[in-house]
Amino acid sequence: MTEYFPDEHRPRFTVIGTPVQRSDALGHVTGRTEFFEDRTFPDLAHIKIHRSVHHHALLDDVDRSEALRVPGVLRVITHADVPANWYGVLRLIGIGPDDEPVLAEDRVRYAGEPIVAVVADSEAAAIEGASRVRVRYTELPAVLDVEEALSPDAPIIKRAGTNYFVFEGHHARRIRFGDVEEGFARADHVFEWRYSSAPIEHAPTETTGCIVVPQDRGRLLIHSNTQAAFFTLDNTALILDRPPTDLQVKGGTVGGGFGGKVDVMVEPLACIAATITGRPVKFVYSREEEMQVSSPRAAERIYLKDGVLADGRIIARKIMLYVDAGAYARHSPYGATKAAAHLPGPYTIPNVYADCHCVYTNRTPSSAMRGFGVTIADFAIESQMDRIARALGLDPLQFRLRNAYRDGDLKAHRKVASGTALIEVIQRAAALVGHELPEEYRAMSSSTPRGAGG
Amino acid sequence: MSAKITTIRVNGAERTFLARPETTLLLALREQLGLTGAKRGCAQGACGSCTVLLDGAPVVSCLVPVATVDGAEIATVEGLADGPRLSDVQQAFLDGFATQCGFCTPGMIMSAEALLARNPDPTTAEVAEAISGNVCRCTGYQPIVSAILDAARRRRGEGARR
Repeated sequence: MTEYFPDEHRPRFTVIGTPVQRSDALGHVTGRTEFFEDRTFPDLAHIKIHRSVHHHALLDDVDRSEALRVPGVLRVITHADVPANWYGVLRLIGIGPDDEPVLAEDRVRYAGEPIVAVVADSEAAAIEGASRVRVRYTELPAVLDVEEALSPDAPIIKRAGTNYFVFEGHHARRIRFGDVEEGFARADHVFEWRYSSAPIEHAPTETTGCIVVPQDRGRLLIHSNTQAAFFTLDNTALILDRPPTDLQVKGGTVGGGFGGKVDVMVEPLACIAATITGRPVKFVYSREEEMQVSSPRAAERIYLKDGVLADGRIIARKIMLYVDAGAYARHSPYGATKAAAHLPGPYTIPNVYADCHCVYTNRTPSSAMRGFGVTIADFAIESQMDRIARALGLDPLQFRLRNAYRDGDLKAHRKVASGTALIEVIQRAAALVGHELPEEYRAMSSSTPRGAGG
Repeated sequence: MSAKITTIRVNGAERTFLARPETTLLLALREQLGLTGAKRGCAQGACGSCTVLLDGAPVVSCLVPVATVDGAEIATVEGLADGPRLSDVQQAFLDGFATQCGFCTPGMIMSAEALLARNPDPTTAEVAEAISGNVCRCTGYQPIVSAILDAARRRRGEGARR
């Protein structure tokens, strides 16, 4: 049998096949694991948000007076209470502009956008207070479709002036490799199909939340279920305009995340409320908020156009990909970049052209979720492979093997492929399911340069 | 309406406290009695993370106003182990890697305890039915079902699966 990664092979490894108890399991089965909400404070205050009911609107007036009359309501926090209201989570790795307000100022860009935060003695008083806030809106035309958002007559919904994220001066994250038009002209067949996906909510059993407890000398202890403790600490410090050393994030125990708890959604407001009231403050999403306003996986739309020779070789692939970021960037520019990095899939294609757009619409902001940017691109690519194979009467595995990338191939990003192993994986999968491959395909190898073995 | 003096027996110990009309059994356990094993996942009876036993039957404690169960016997995950000695179900979850994030685990275990108390030899389908009200989002149902079947075997004296 072929030894695929000889330099990584260590015959003395003994971990696989040896059960090792998870370090957290004893706490889980006894109920002793401490999740953020498993702490009680006699003087705990609670936050509830008054949210936009419109996809896109100007805020003419926000009337807090009735909310403040609800017994138990301590304070109604507005954007004016947020020291640095505009932020973007990716600014920590140098990606801007800061495009999202912690609390809305003069307009809202999605239904569910936070407008004010009500702080109260009890959860019930906070809910009641939030329901008593009165907002007068002037509704604006909303953009709810990625391609409509990019049309010249679409209303511009972003401060930066474009309905798309600007990647180093460009409208999209791009790939330009070879000449796809020449490839299409030379192809025996050209196939073009459209793929689309809906947003997907992570729906963790534990909703997003935190408890912030004031410490001595004004420091704040943040009990959080964030998946990104340091992103949370640094972004919260920037929003509060305080040194990071004023904050301590205690976390790491997450009741389901799947990427849904990497944005910085609850900690800044809870810190502000704790500072204003001098009391421990809890801000936790209700199940409805978790479903409705926590950022889902982005909806994507992908157009794939392939030029194929009669023998099944793909010689050109053009991809127009649209990530629906919703109203704000959050992690979506990174997702669009990951999508581009993943194209054109694990196949060696001499001519590739791709535009991966990160588009803003008046939908709930999307963000990270398990392989975001990659997963939906794979759905499109592999669906495309099956459809082409079917259209040409080719075996779908043989079609993939014929186009599979190999060690030493130059990828569309001008990186040399190594450790590919796709051919061997397909061969092994075929053997396991009893899918017969002709000798020519069984003899293929990732380490044999194309042409030498088929 | 005013608060009412309420007494319940929790894991064998009598506990008396003031309960407002809107206080649920879940909040009384978590915030007044300090028993945070039962979790608030949805507060609408949909996820099962708050499952405890009420007079032996599994209930979603987020939907039970605690003042309505004055005098009841409550069992929570905290009462299962005897010191460091875990219950059969807890041990089977531990050995069978039936936990992931751990948030649904206490509710799953209480549903399993209720099942095995009334049916010591359940089928796979009966186990699936018993935990059908407990949502696991890490998608660990397979090891959970196996662990409950394993616990049933241990309790019947047939020994662990491995």
